[in-house]
Amino acid sequence: MAVPVAFFALFFAWPVAAIVARGLKADGSWQFGRIADVLAQSDIRHVLWFTTWQALASTALTLAVALPGAYVFARYDFPGKQILRAVVTVPFVLPTVVVGTAFLALVGRGGLLDELWGVRLDTTVWAILLAHVFFNYAVVVRTVGGLWGQLDPRQEEAARMLGASSWRAWRKVTLPALAPAVAAAALMVFLFTFTSFGVVQILGGPTFSTLEVEIYRQTSEIFDLGTAAVLTLVQFVAVGGILAVHAWTVRRRESVLRLVAPGTTARRPRRVGQWALLAGVLVTIAVLLVLPLAVLVQRSLDAPDFGYYRALTSADGGVFLVPPIEAIGNSLEYAVAATAIAVLIGGLAAAALTRRDAGRFVRGFDALLMLPLGVSAVTVGFGFLIALDEPPLDLRASWILVPLAQALVGVPFVVRTMLPVLRAVDQRLREAAAVLGASPWRVWREVDLPLVRRALLIAAGFAFAVSLGEFGATVFIARPDNPTLPVAVARLLGRAGDLNYGQAMALSTILMVVCAVALLVLERLRTDRTGEF
Amino acid sequence: MNNKKFLAAVVGLGLVTLSACGSSDEGSKSESKTVTLVSHNSWAVSKSVLAAFEKESGYKVKVLEDGDAGQAVNKAILTKDNPQGDVFFGVDNTLLSRALDNGLFQSYEAKGAGTIKAGYRVDGDKVTPIDTGDICLNYDKAWFTEHKLKPPTSYDDLIKPAYKNLLVTENASTSSPGLGFLLGTAAKYGDDGWQDYWTKLKANGVKVVDGWEQAYNEEFSGSAGGKKAKADRPLVVSYASSPPAEVIYADPKPSTAPTGVVDGTCFRQVEYAGLLNNAKNSEGGKALLDFLLTKKFQEDMPLNMFVYPVVEGAAVPAEFTQYGPAAKDPETMDPAKIADNRDDWVKSWTSLVLK
Repeated sequence: MAVPVAFFALFFAWPVAAIVARGLKADGSWQFGRIADVLAQSDIRHVLWFTTWQALASTALTLAVALPGAYVFARYDFPGKQILRAVVTVPFVLPTVVVGTAFLALVGRGGLLDELWGVRLDTTVWAILLAHVFFNYAVVVRTVGGLWGQLDPRQEEAARMLGASSWRAWRKVTLPALAPAVAAAALMVFLFTFTSFGVVQILGGPTFSTLEVEIYRQTSEIFDLGTAAVLTLVQFVAVGGILAVHAWTVRRRESVLRLVAPGTTARRPRRVGQWALLAGVLVTIAVLLVLPLAVLVQRSLDAPDFGYYRALTSADGGVFLVPPIEAIGNSLEYAVAATAIAVLIGGLAAAALTRRDAGRFVRGFDALLMLPLGVSAVTVGFGFLIALDEPPLDLRASWILVPLAQALVGVPFVVRTMLPVLRAVDQRLREAAAVLGASPWRVWREVDLPLVRRALLIAAGFAFAVSLGEFGATVFIARPDNPTLPVAVARLLGRAGDLNYGQAMALSTILMVVCAVALLVLERLRTDRTGEF
Repeated sequence: MNNKKFLAAVVGLGLVTLSACGSSDEGSKSESKTVTLVSHNSWAVSKSVLAAFEKESGYKVKVLEDGDAGQAVNKAILTKDNPQGDVFFGVDNTLLSRALDNGLFQSYEAKGAGTIKAGYRVDGDKVTPIDTGDICLNYDKAWFTEHKLKPPTSYDDLIKPAYKNLLVTENASTSSPGLGFLLGTAAKYGDDGWQDYWTKLKANGVKVVDGWEQAYNEEFSGSAGGKKAKADRPLVVSYASSPPAEVIYADPKPSTAPTGVVDGTCFRQVEYAGLLNNAKNSEGGKALLDFLLTKKFQEDMPLNMFVYPVVEGAAVPAEFTQYGPAAKDPETMDPAKIADNRDDWVKSWTSLVLK
């Protein structure tokens, strides 16, 4: 427990507190009056209002679109299911800077909607909402679908036998069992859309601004650290609230449910209605998720003989000192280091959280570990700068900063994956081993490790994919001689010229493929209870 | 649980070792032999040119890119008591006073300051001008030929009905070309006239997006990305060096640039460098500043950063003169005036154009 606490205190709480304090302290005294001042501004209140309602709308829309998907993935067997489950997760781990561009091709001018019906959604709120569905579809499918696949269908069948209509049976039996998972998924989607940054910046145009975008603007462009600090606190309170409710629903879900192995509940669709549902879900996925990704690929191939890919191997001395292709190596190295840190910290935290004597404080820490998902990267980045600036912790110019920042985002996924599995390990096994004379280390190695190995691999894989795609924090600290993939893409997009644009698309495609492969490997490792990601 | 203590020890050790490795990067080399340049992420230089400097001076150059121009300046101000490097490069005339007011730099007159062209010399010796660039309207040549319309030549043209719904620009509060375009109009029409101009521009269908990337790659019909996205705006606020870039980064290279510059709509940006206060290696920093004004660096700069040199006699590459000559008579503004008005102007621009 001490290690994860120290890690978070040092690399999260301290930097964030430092930058907030810098904003709220003037001439040595605290300026809490700023809070009221800032919140009284109509612009800021407008931002708060927009942030909240677009997050609510995005969550509702995501649930509406993705719940049928969750059902289909849980209950139906069809060819290519594993691949598809990996594919729908790809957007979730891709940086928005990559996909925002492609998504415009769907809803922007000349996009599919435009060609079919002359509808253009760019710089409307609809583009933002649809992109949020695109990015968060996997959250619902994996969280809700994961549980749905393990609910014993015989319970519902029993209710039917006893004379309940199919609707009533579903409402009385399945829905209550599913509700906490739906709530947890909804809260996660709400969290991600409430703190949405890239999507709103790229697709929303300058007229829409979320809290996160506003924090970025105030910190990075206007340099009004006071306002940024107030907004950071507001976001902190909101995210804390969301996470507290989330932790509560998760605990409820882990209570009493009769679960079966996921593979056993899925079958081939039979009746016309079932085939129609499957077809509907597949079409939705194809249009909403696969199409934007396909546009990326198509644009990356838009030069003869893979010209853009070949260009990646030459250093032009312009945008980069090194050939862009080396960004792949950098990304992989960083992601491996970040994964190692995330698995260690997250694993230790999960182990501490499963202890039977874990008190209220420890359980609260569960929610705390998720906080980095909801705090803006710019706040953390600026915090790093002013907090970690003295030996022995002057890490500002050190390469380790990138994996550290990425690990902050990876840890929550590790914890959420490991926790249910660790909780399922029978405590008596450990006790028995100890009684028979095994050392604690040996107990861990012989009892826990074999049982959680697969979950550990999945957690590692997810942390790896998330690290690969992490952009917000990395862009602040990545060094020019070794940019990561997303950073390289952003830099190429920042330059005029056909070759730069094409290379950006080619690098994005490579990033996408690497993420997809990582996720596909995970699919093959799925265990019975693998948490909600 | 003892196994956890064991693991804790392992993790702790691991982290310490990792961070030790990280800092030993620079720790192992003698401090005085490394000079660190802090810049924004558009910094670029040819390897051979930098290597030549390292060989001549005996200093090893470390570069730290710190986000876009605005971010880099803000971060430098935040860390001014314990700076990340010795020299900062890349504060432009729109942000210069923020840097100076916060006491970012110490005095040093670079060798070669005498060779800087007259228009760019600055008062005092806190900063040295290094390069200039022009923020100008770019137009899509093919589009104007196809529609048998003459490209606009001035700010005034843009509010004429013939050019309705053709222009895309950037948010002045989040994008430096967007701000440059606003300042250009303010310089042209004066403190009172620019708002009126923008009211007309808005009525004439100007589109505003957040950043240069979206404006240029998504909305502008003349760029590589715009063509693929079937963009429909043939006018964009970009740089005078964008047309040469469209040629240089094309394969095969076309004989003429697909885009052109509207000469009457330019605003001149000047980028400065300075020796940071509390620099650990100020001798190295001075040598590096001297180097930035050498002909060798100044002539290497254009094709790497797509900007123009500031010293007398530094040659501009043929691609630049051929595909996008520098603006003849760009608008300019005194950094002090920009400092006094920037926030107010951006605020009123925002409520005027975006609301």
